[in-house]
Amino acid sequence: MKKKDVGIVKTEYFTFKNFTLENGKILPEVTIAYETYGKLNDKKTNAVLITHAFTGNAHCAGYHEGDEKPGWWNMLVGPGKAFNTDKYFIICSNVLGGCAGSTGPSSINPATGIEYGTDFPAITISDMVRAQKKLVEFFGIEKLLCVAGGSMGGMQVLQWVMDYPEYIYSAIPIAITLKSTPQQIAFNEVGRQSIMGDVAWKKGHYYGGPEPDKGLAVARMLGHITYMSDYSMQKKFPVKNPELNENFDFNADFEVEEYLRYRGSSFVKRFDANSYLYLSKAMDYFDVQKDNFLPEEKNLNIKFLVISFKSDWLYPPYQSENIVKQLKAKGQEVTYCNIYSTYGHDAFLLEVKDETNLIRNFIDNLYKEVFEGGK
Amino acid sequence: MASNKNLLLSHFKIADIVTEKSKILDLGCGNGDLMQYLEQTKKVNAQGVEISEDAIYKCVEKGLCVLHSDIDNSLDSYPNNSFDFVILSQSMQQVKKIDEVFKQCTRIGKKIIVSFPNFAHIALRSMLFFKGMAPVAKALPNQWNDTPNIRFFSIKDFENFCNYNGYKILEKYFISNSKYVHVMPNLFAQQAVFVITK
Repeated sequence: MKKKDVGIVKTEYFTFKNFTLENGKILPEVTIAYETYGKLNDKKTNAVLITHAFTGNAHCAGYHEGDEKPGWWNMLVGPGKAFNTDKYFIICSNVLGGCAGSTGPSSINPATGIEYGTDFPAITISDMVRAQKKLVEFFGIEKLLCVAGGSMGGMQVLQWVMDYPEYIYSAIPIAITLKSTPQQIAFNEVGRQSIMGDVAWKKGHYYGGPEPDKGLAVARMLGHITYMSDYSMQKKFPVKNPELNENFDFNADFEVEEYLRYRGSSFVKRFDANSYLYLSKAMDYFDVQKDNFLPEEKNLNIKFLVISFKSDWLYPPYQSENIVKQLKAKGQEVTYCNIYSTYGHDAFLLEVKDETNLIRNFIDNLYKEVFEGGK
Repeated sequence: MASNKNLLLSHFKIADIVTEKSKILDLGCGNGDLMQYLEQTKKVNAQGVEISEDAIYKCVEKGLCVLHSDIDNSLDSYPNNSFDFVILSQSMQQVKKIDEVFKQCTRIGKKIIVSFPNFAHIALRSMLFFKGMAPVAKALPNQWNDTPNIRFFSIKDFENFCNYNGYKILEKYFISNSKYVHVMPNLFAQQAVFVITK
């Protein structure tokens, strides 16, 4: 159904100099990879920023020339879709610290002429958001209609609310928390240990030689399990017990093993192990609870649509409900839906119909209310 | 404008009571018909709470603010006097922790508007008395085995409840067959609308 998509798209690049990070360190040059879909209107009031998850990228809709697979949120971004490109101008950028075109540990360090590796400074969700703001300002946009994203994308949404509340009309945090929990950090840590335990990692300076593919693949396998649910795995891999034969050799006897191995080995082709380390740490440090989510002194007027999924055990619904509680306590207008889904955390990529229902109506009604004087 | 076909007389009564541009919380807001009507006719700022996911989608379609939650666990984080009116329209009979919910409602709302079917209405009494069967009526359409209602109470029960807990009854209205009832409401009213406060 390519005709209902945004069609062939290209990633663009935006560069700026001397970017001071939250920890005080300065990146001499930063490039942010981004894509846009739809048209920015004359008054620049129809811009929506989509923020991506942990291993996502700027390519959320349409097709790259010659590609079979569309962008990661293609089902939700396009003409008449949840993020309707007929009406709105959609921006999606690769996060700072990533490895899909934006500056990260696999970029060349201008000081040495070789890849940063682990010389790359620590980055935070707040740093990612500050870099996104520069991109948005580059378009001349004075206020975003909406910032929306799931998982780590949801962290960025909440960080936008924290850091630039006067800069957004609405926020859609999906399947996320106000603060990373020990369980979430624990899974990330196992992933990191797997990478750092790979002899090819070489303290992060592996570029130009063999890369820690094995360690990164195992990290991805673990991550993947946390994105699914008991039920969705049973549905995906109906158990047919393989025969225990005499050549027993710890091969992938079960379908689920084969699947995870495949997911692991295909992931390493598109993702950098150091980015995995940096971004997972940025998530671990995420905590907008400690600073009183939503600054008290300001009279904010942000509309919220908070979404969670019933079977998500990585970012369980109660964590979204905590976001809602904070918003209620501060008198913010908020809509919350805990979507019935069996997909686990991955549901934010898969529950297209329900998300479309909520997001498209929410944004349309908001736009009418703010710019056309009524619902 | 919304069609009013899904609204009952008790809804119009609630709309009469609610003041212009007030802040309201509609507990058990369903598809949001009442909230939408109040937004359009009284320019209120409305927040809904609803347990049904399908109903949430209908509310969002109407551009309403709604929280996917049960009533029992949705009130504690609001500051005192957050709302001018907290509305329990036809939803009180499904609330588990009535005492706690009313404590919270009177804390977060300046006035509480409650509408409910009167279980002591003559038709229901006679069904039980003459037929010996659990009453089924327009306001209580479900059979005993598939009703969402967990509480069955009369106008008298509710007045006693208010007196016992020290809630002041500010206004009360009784309805039967889309008309107001003035004589022996506990016998002749199918529906009641109360406005109470702490």
